[in-house]
Amino acid sequence: MDIQEIHSLLLEKFGDSAVGQAPVEATDSWIQVSRDSIVEVGAFLRDNERLRFDHLNDLCGCDYLEPNEKKAAKFGHDPHVEVVYQLSSIELKHRLKLKVVLPRWKNDEEGRLPEVPSVSGVWGIADWHEREAFDLVGIHFQDHPNLRRILCPEDWEGHALRKDYDFPLEYHGVRGR
Amino acid sequence: MWRHGIQSNRDFIEKLIWNLTDMTWIEGRFEENVITTTMEDAMNWGQQSSIWPMTFGLACCAIEMMATGASKYDIDRFGAGAFRATPRQADLMIVAGTVTFKMASRVRRLYEQMADPKYVIAMGACTVGGGPYFKHGYHVVKGVDLVVPVDVYVPGCPPRPEALLEGLMRIQDKIKARKVTKGEQKLPVPHHSGYSALNV
Ligand code: SF4
Repeated sequence: MDIQEIHSLLLEKFGDSAVGQAPVEATDSWIQVSRDSIVEVGAFLRDNERLRFDHLNDLCGCDYLEPNEKKAAKFGHDPHVEVVYQLSSIELKHRLKLKVVLPRWKNDEEGRLPEVPSVSGVWGIADWHEREAFDLVGIHFQDHPNLRRILCPEDWEGHALRKDYDFPLEYHGVRGR
Repeated sequence: MWRHGIQSNRDFIEKLIWNLTDMTWIEGRFEENVITTTMEDAMNWGQQSSIWPMTFGLACCAIEMMATGASKYDIDRFGAGAFRATPRQADLMIVAGTVTFKMASRVRRLYEQMADPKYVIAMGACTVGGGPYFKHGYHVVKGVDLVVPVDVYVPGCPPRPEALLEGLMRIQDKIKARKVTKGEQKLPVPHHSGYSALNV
């Protein structure tokens, strides 16, 4: 199934409050899904017999921000973070990309992580991918069974792949830079 | 072998003399003989030819260290082929690869668990000073010498096996220059021929 068909199927099922744009003219097109309906949409994509997206290839976080003020004017995106879900169907041999757009901080209060429901109940592999996105991009996955850092040490501060992240000057007595 | 007191030292000298006369290239060239040397030289000679490195691969450089250990470059020619999986049996730590902050405390602990005398080779740009991660590696220690004292730095990304062998030879020089008796330790000057300028 191509992305337009999938998009209209999802629109029909969930309505346009849950399923957003699908920029099909993009080389690598995706379907935008709202934060609150990602779990239902995921379960539908997995179980519908015309879709059968039984495999989550990857899940990643992405930070849109240009910390350099001079370059920020030309940046062309509002500051936000995205969670990107790469799906494929092993049975039907087609692929799909979903995106959930989140604010950089919850309620725009700096330091409060944006939240999105975890899809680890839909695809088990999402467990570790979500831990990675939490660790490095700072996205809180609600109802995740074990949301701890996966790469950085447990007592690490901040989320290293945020664009405005500052390197630690010192970590446990070892000079950082 | 050296750490078990006088008795094993005597065993060693016996073994050494036995070994010398058993080597094939030397066989039949000497009369029955007595070899005189200083205790210090014999000890250092023995130890420099029997360095036990610790199996310690942290990143891509470890691949090159494995190549050094394998048949083509064969670190065993220098008597340093017995890679130990425990710090307690090793006297050389080859830190091969990127040291992250998470790993740094472990590196330190392993170093402290090694028995004296111990030596450290910092292999690769990462361990020498952060390497490719110097600017943007938020989690990389900018040189393992911030964590443990380093004896020999082997630059390169990754260093070729020959370079690591060169580093090992510099460690051997350091061991050769060690003083057991009174007196000042003079560090040898490395020479491009691969031989040190000491004792020649
Ligand atoms: S120095 Fe280069 S080859 Fe060695 S660990 Fe670092 S990046 Fe890898």
